[in-house]
Amino acid sequence: MTRMVPTIEGRTRRVAVAGSPRAGRRSWAGLGFVAPFLAVFALVFVAPIAYSVYLSLYRTRLVGGTTFVGAQNYADVFADSHFWSSFARVALFLVVQVPIMLLLALGVALAVDSGRLYGAGAFRLSIFLPYAVPAVVAVLMWGFMYGPQFGLVAGLNRTYGLSIPNPLGPDWVLVSIGNVVTWSYVGYNMLIFYSALRVVPAALYEAAAVDGAPPWRVIWHVKLPAIRGALLIATIFSIIGSFQLFNEPAILRPLAMNAITTDYTPNLYAYFLSFSGQQYNYAATVAIVMGVFTMIIAYLVQLHGMRGIGDQ
Amino acid sequence: MTATTRRSPLLTALTGIVFVYSLLPLFWLVVNATKSQEGLLASFGLWFADDFSLWHNVKQTLTYDDGAFLVWLRNTLLYVVTGAGGATALATLGGYGLARFDFPGRRAVFAIVIGAVAVPGTALAVPTFLLFSKMGLTNTPWSVIIPSLVTPFGLYLMWTFAAEAVPVELIEAARIEGAGELRIFTRICLPLLGPGIVTVLLFSAVATWNNYFLPLIMLKDPDWYPLPIGLDTWNSQAATAGGEAVFNLVITGSLLTIVPLVATFLLLERYWVSGLAAGAVKE
Repeated sequence: MTRMVPTIEGRTRRVAVAGSPRAGRRSWAGLGFVAPFLAVFALVFVAPIAYSVYLSLYRTRLVGGTTFVGAQNYADVFADSHFWSSFARVALFLVVQVPIMLLLALGVALAVDSGRLYGAGAFRLSIFLPYAVPAVVAVLMWGFMYGPQFGLVAGLNRTYGLSIPNPLGPDWVLVSIGNVVTWSYVGYNMLIFYSALRVVPAALYEAAAVDGAPPWRVIWHVKLPAIRGALLIATIFSIIGSFQLFNEPAILRPLAMNAITTDYTPNLYAYFLSFSGQQYNYAATVAIVMGVFTMIIAYLVQLHGMRGIGDQ
Repeated sequence: MTATTRRSPLLTALTGIVFVYSLLPLFWLVVNATKSQEGLLASFGLWFADDFSLWHNVKQTLTYDDGAFLVWLRNTLLYVVTGAGGATALATLGGYGLARFDFPGRRAVFAIVIGAVAVPGTALAVPTFLLFSKMGLTNTPWSVIIPSLVTPFGLYLMWTFAAEAVPVELIEAARIEGAGELRIFTRICLPLLGPGIVTVLLFSAVATWNNYFLPLIMLKDPDWYPLPIGLDTWNSQAATAGGEAVFNLVITGSLLTIVPLVATFLLLERYWVSGLAAGAVKE
């Protein structure tokens, strides 16, 4: 399995070639390799972003047609209580679900990597498997288990006389969604951490072993700093995922109509604005504002993470 | 690890809790795929009912609604082969180009593509839908395939992988022999990129196979639905007036949907784990 674990040498060599006199001759061949990707990228990333910025500056009314309104849509979004309540919900989700999921993933990754588990390979693979399950299937399964009809919760309550609250009620549905997301992505994040742990140079461990450091000190002072990059990437992806929350609440909605409103998350709000309300201009504005918020927060997390590395 | 490492029953048991958590819903799915619609309602969720209806359920899933499930399966396969296959090809070419060539704007390309990872995919969906509908592409397979062709994360992974796995000396030597760049790529570099390609292919196949939001907004015609959208419509059918409740088919269909993916991951484990490990070096 370690067959393909690469060396660091490649990187230094690459730098040397970039500075070689013949680099200029090859320049356009390189662009030729990247061009097909860039062409499709322009069509499905750049064009839609440009188009949504354009849309956000206009407004379509039944009377009077489409008119330029400048920043009016943005002002409306910032004054929109639906938007802010949906934003607050995903922010709460982010603050609670992401740390639970990442700590769980990190714990499993450290355990699997420690070499102290019986059957570590089976653990690694099984815990990753939910990632391969489509969101629709994941939500349907958990939805059935949550459900009042033939659900597991209903069955437990009936059989053992328990009174577990309805997981699809307004008080608990966000927790239920958090559980589905955690279930789906613990293994994926675990694998990212595990892959990073695998390539920590053995020399670092040997030095710690010579010092007689106990396992928790090795984790804290050697392993975690060594995989800081992977932790950062996983955190940023999870933040983006939380702000984008759509699939799970959208698929669960038929089972929890009262609890999951059309403005439950910003993306759900933008979706219903577009496809039920035909308010494309306003929906585009909501999407842009959310996109900018996401990038700002991802950027701040990155800055924070980088500063941490500087402290080492 | 050092030879002194002893196995720990306690740590194994703790990790076992996460293991059970991860597999419990899948166990539930397998158990309940063996039940008839009546058995679902009458029996406890985590154990088998008296009647074993798996084969009957499978048969009914494949034939219900004039064989809609098979049509959705065909569509999903079409989207995965073209979408994920194309995405992997573009990411491989692009990652190799970024890793092994220096050209004007290379740094800008990289910065833009990495920035794109932070753009919420669902934020793009509405404008993409409006653009595609102007171009007459909505409600055609193209509307699902074209957006699937770009995976910034795949490009990043191939870039890091190519930078580690393809020695520059090898390319230099081939150039001295007079080989063209395309020939060098296909004959020499492509085989070295194997584990990276398998990794990107698997992860984009999962993304395409599992795609929900994009086909949901792009497609109106059930004949072009992929499996997840189709299963969702079967599930919602019970809630509509006069709709037949076919939860046994939804559950069996769900099981049939995940079996190919799970099997692929298990079979190709060796390749994608090493591909991911290489990608992790750069982080």
